[in-house]
Amino acid sequence: MSLSAKQKTTVKEFFGKMSTRSDDIGAEALSRLVAVYPQTKSYFSHWKDASPGSAPVRKHGITIMGGVYDAVTKIDDLKGGLLSLSELHAFMLRVDPVNFKLLAHCMLVCMSMVFPEEFTPQVHVAVDKFLAQLALALAEKYR
Amino acid sequence: MVEWTDSERAIINDIFATLDYEEIGRKSLTRCLIVYPWTQRYFGAFGNLYNAATIMANPLIAAHGTKILHGLDRALKNMDDIKNTYAELSLLHSDKLHVDPDNFRLLADCLTVVIAAKMGAAFTVDTQVAWQKFLSVVVSALGRQYH
Repeated sequence: MSLSAKQKTTVKEFFGKMSTRSDDIGAEALSRLVAVYPQTKSYFSHWKDASPGSAPVRKHGITIMGGVYDAVTKIDDLKGGLLSLSELHAFMLRVDPVNFKLLAHCMLVCMSMVFPEEFTPQVHVAVDKFLAQLALALAEKYR
Repeated sequence: MVEWTDSERAIINDIFATLDYEEIGRKSLTRCLIVYPWTQRYFGAFGNLYNAATIMANPLIAAHGTKILHGLDRALKNMDDIKNTYAELSLLHSDKLHVDPDNFRLLADCLTVVIAAKMGAAFTVDTQVAWQKFLSVVVSALGRQYH
């Protein structure tokens, strides 16, 4: 399910519009991930506080969103562009790839909350596909 | 049996109390058909689904979205036994409609996105937790009688 040229443009445009709120959305998305899917907290046992809205969770959500924005610039070759990030996730972090989908869903919910008019079904499908492709690229080095 | 806190019950009831079934039903089903186009396989008799614009303008789809959303009322009224409340509906989806149960999850996700857009900041973390818990119980119950 690769992105059409039009969908790539849609993704770039929407992320452009989103840029002033991207930190908020990233922080919120990770908070919601650990709240709605508590099993995801298992990856953050090294933090003093992995509860939704906590400082380490918000900070990390911003970091992750930064990575997503970087991936937008590499939208034409996600596998190549995300090679070292994939190695990080495969060999060091070893996050089960099923969690990429869960976080993607939380990101979509936050985007929808903050941009109810702009997050049309057409934008939704383009962004969902992009996040799925991103997840695939991240999982590339897993096995 | 699923345990619900008072807070969770209140959150779910509040959402349904002010829900515009026509608007949210239509938006959720059309979004599902657009974001997950393979779900269109079940709507061969519903007229024009040629592209996003025609899907969003299709009155049969809109009506069906409303119908689906009202289907959730029974879960709302029987929160302590959603499993049995939906036993018959589950059999219907399995034996008559032949719907892959994964579609329930897809529609539930779209419904969440639409509700989030409608509620904005009011769709707090706690609200999302309770709402998704409710939907996951519904989804599970609907898939339970498949054989």
